[in-house]
Amino acid sequence: MHGRPRKPLKEEDESVLSAKAEKLHSLQSQFLANHQNRIYTKEALDLSAKLLEINPECYTAWNYRKLAVQHNLSESNSDSDASLFDQELKVVENALKKNFKSYGAWHHRKWVLSKGHSSIDNELRLLNDFQKADARNFHAWNYRRFVTALMKISDEDELKYTEKVIGVNFSNYSAWHNRSVLLSTLFKRKAEGFSHKEKVLQEEYKYVHSAIFTDSDDQSGWFYHLWLIDQTVKNDAPLLVSSWPSHGANITLNGNNSLHGSGLSLLNSTLSDTKTLPVILCFNQAVEGVNSSTVVVKSELLKEDLVWKPLSTNNSSTAQVWVVYLNMGNMKLQLSKTYSIEINIGHSMGILSSNGYHYGAPSQITFEVCVQTAYTEPVDGQRGKLTSWKDNDFRKIDHFEESNPAVSADHHIPTTSNWCMEAIDEEITNFQDLSDCKIRKLTLARLLIALDLLSPQHDKRKNHTEEVLKLYTELMKLDPTHSLYYKDEHSLLLLQQITSSRESLIPYCHYYKDASETNTSYVCLRLQNLSLSRMGSFENLLWVQMLDLSHNELRSIEAVTIAFKKLEKGLTVNFLTGLEAMQLLSCLNLSHNKFGSFTALGPLRLLKSLKVLNISCNELGSHSIDTRRYLCSSPLAHSEVFAWDRFEILCGSYSATKFWEAFLIFESLNLTDLNIAGNAVADENFASFIVKVLPTLKLLNDEEL
Amino acid sequence: MGDLVAEKHVQYILSVQKKKDSFESVVMEHLRMNGAYWGLTTLHLLGKLDTVDVHEVVSWIMSCQHDEGGFGGNVGHDPHILYTLSAVQVLALFNKLDVIDADKVTNYIVGLQNEDGSFSGDIWGEVDTRFSYIAICCLSLLHRLDRINVDKAVKYIISCQNMDGGFGCTPGGESHAGQIFCCVGALAIAGSLDLVDKDLLGWWLCERQVKSGGLNGRPEKLPDVCYSWWVLSSLIMIDRVHWISKEKLIKFILDCQDTDNGGISDRPDDAVDVFHTYFGVAGNVFLFFVFSTLFGHVISKDTQKGIFKKPSDFLLPTSCFGSCHKIDHLISLCLC
Repeated sequence: MHGRPRKPLKEEDESVLSAKAEKLHSLQSQFLANHQNRIYTKEALDLSAKLLEINPECYTAWNYRKLAVQHNLSESNSDSDASLFDQELKVVENALKKNFKSYGAWHHRKWVLSKGHSSIDNELRLLNDFQKADARNFHAWNYRRFVTALMKISDEDELKYTEKVIGVNFSNYSAWHNRSVLLSTLFKRKAEGFSHKEKVLQEEYKYVHSAIFTDSDDQSGWFYHLWLIDQTVKNDAPLLVSSWPSHGANITLNGNNSLHGSGLSLLNSTLSDTKTLPVILCFNQAVEGVNSSTVVVKSELLKEDLVWKPLSTNNSSTAQVWVVYLNMGNMKLQLSKTYSIEINIGHSMGILSSNGYHYGAPSQITFEVCVQTAYTEPVDGQRGKLTSWKDNDFRKIDHFEESNPAVSADHHIPTTSNWCMEAIDEEITNFQDLSDCKIRKLTLARLLIALDLLSPQHDKRKNHTEEVLKLYTELMKLDPTHSLYYKDEHSLLLLQQITSSRESLIPYCHYYKDASETNTSYVCLRLQNLSLSRMGSFENLLWVQMLDLSHNELRSIEAVTIAFKKLEKGLTVNFLTGLEAMQLLSCLNLSHNKFGSFTALGPLRLLKSLKVLNISCNELGSHSIDTRRYLCSSPLAHSEVFAWDRFEILCGSYSATKFWEAFLIFESLNLTDLNIAGNAVADENFASFIVKVLPTLKLLNDEEL
Repeated sequence: MGDLVAEKHVQYILSVQKKKDSFESVVMEHLRMNGAYWGLTTLHLLGKLDTVDVHEVVSWIMSCQHDEGGFGGNVGHDPHILYTLSAVQVLALFNKLDVIDADKVTNYIVGLQNEDGSFSGDIWGEVDTRFSYIAICCLSLLHRLDRINVDKAVKYIISCQNMDGGFGCTPGGESHAGQIFCCVGALAIAGSLDLVDKDLLGWWLCERQVKSGGLNGRPEKLPDVCYSWWVLSSLIMIDRVHWISKEKLIKFILDCQDTDNGGISDRPDDAVDVFHTYFGVAGNVFLFFVFSTLFGHVISKDTQKGIFKKPSDFLLPTSCFGSCHKIDHLISLCLC
């Protein structure tokens, strides 16, 4: 029993209890008999009232009273209707005195009031009594929202009520919550006095300080403060954050149709096999309605309408990343001629976010494609050759050539208003405190990130990344219970720092030397050994074809939400993109990480270009609980179509339960080189199963098949 | 820190089942169907389901069904979606789903979906996201999820999302761990977890762990064993369970055991009841299961053997989401 001390009962208590039990039992039996025989006399009603007073949770008795009201209404004259309903309100009030957490009692009251025969004037008085006794009772708060709507009490008045409650005791999360609900509504309908969000928010910041600084261990104001930061920097409208090719890029196609992007060799053989050129659009949030009328592609190369595809792991029609494949095979390209491709996004309405906001700023991307004299690079030579990830196969890069595609595009995006920066700036001064206080440090970290993202990009003096990384490191020690939360945040920020500019990327970019192909060097992004526990910043990595993430602590490659993601011109947005955005990715090294299940590799399914995958030395098969299971779109989630027929054939005599997740991930891939050694799951049976699932495979665990 | 006194918990649950006349039993008479689910699931987790007379349980469940397809909490009580799910879950536990007319039960649930996608608990119209979860879970167990408008159901749940990333009973309702479990569970079954702000919600959920290691259900509330279940399963479903300290939580749950008489209570030294025994054991088995592999064994091998009798036991905590039964069934279908 909640809150009841554990102690043996005394004998007299036991006899009292047993008498009580007997009485209740007899009441319940009599009540059920009345209910069954539809007896609605005064005696029968009194009996049910008595029962509910002792046991307000007996839901059938509330139902019975509703039936009785309906029955007696039809028999009475309208004068006594009101008293009939008043009687019900009284029964509810008595029941609530016994147990004010009774769902049935509160609902009965709502039912009575919605009939419209009773005065609602009493309700606020009653509520005040209950809320005084328990200011956090969420039944009472829910009922309050119901009553104030019924009485047409304004949101502004209710906002004042939350102030009254908070004035009594700041530690009232329920009131802060209700405040966020009310303010959201007022902002949304631009109510008088609430159309200038900045003024309201400035007041709110001051207001919530009372809760945070009075007792910084008290969580009442924490989430409200984070919500205020979000309200300050958030942009509701969907926007384009990056694309491949990026604006102004030059893509060089070779005679045999393999791709070369501005000085960086592209080794992506799928593209040349299928003679297609992908165009990837990465938005700040999931959008729908990307099609040939909302995204207009202009080029003399194009003859047909393009079909944009959402890159979503759950087959939905909304996605953050959209891709189209330009079919170069159908085009008669002339040598040494430059073709311009212009993409206009959002000039006509139709691109919508999931909460109904229209695309924010129409934007344009132009890039050039040209065909050079064939230099016959045997792209197929890649196949069947081991991809080595050894250090001596890589050579450092000193500088990028101009106009290379490794930098995200400059889009036409409105700049942020000054008040956002000022508000964040002022908050920072309030939280800059050297004391070892967890929420102060965490809030300061979040504020500094927000400030960096709001500041104009050229203003390098205001970059606080190092300071924030240090704050997260301190938090890991200060609050070990949640250390892995801070570590994840640390990883995301580190990645953002690395991928934010050309200069910051260079130390991590290496030429990959294929020993046998001395003519060609490929660029590999090497992010190994950074103790990353989480992967992010995918939107800055659309150009990457070879990625080394080995020797980290990654558990999944899922989409990440970065609360405040920087855009070129200082606009910040919520961001959420997964590895599936990297449509050019061809070689991926995830060895020596902490991947515990195949479902953690879910986004790989959408990487049509992936040929080489190294997931050796992980924890695949070591954990019996798969915490990724519900996030990975699978037969477990009812949205997925699973190829049972093929699975059944391939499984043969093997244990299906062991292999279905692997099948789910690998079934749609065309890998030529897979390394899965050093995982609990990878026994001989598994190897022979995976070879059947992947008929394209040439190398398994470094051995030729 | 002690061990899990598994044998004593079994004795306790069996003794509760026999004590039909105690005041607690009488007060909870109307929700006996829920009690049956909690108690039987605990026995299953402890590998002792064979001590129960299946026939007796099944015929009692069937006597609680009404003509319209829904189940009451006990014989003579009105049908409600709450007890309909428990009935279906217990039948699934015994692999006896074939004794019900699945279409009839489905029609009852379909009839409770409202225009806005929400679900009422029964004909009297109380709306709550708990009922959304129940409807989706129950139909998933019955393989008839296509009979309701899942898109609208998902939309309604999302309309109950709050500034802290959590969910309330109805739009505007405060976030609460139990409610979050329901909403996240429903979205998981519907394949719509991409609509959850997992980092924001994950932070709120991991901050439910207080200094004693226990978890509370809302900010600034006392910790309670049953929240170890709601919070933990929610964190697992959004893949953020590593954000709390498992060792501290295990210690808290073990401290809540009545080592003399069996049973687990909400907080150390409070009185025990069946409800908390279920959540304590389920949470414990879950935790041991997830983390004993990750961090080495925190409990003795013998105790582990006692709890982890069959691998299928581990599926049980999640079977409340329905999905595991579904996948196991699909797999068995494709194997035969």
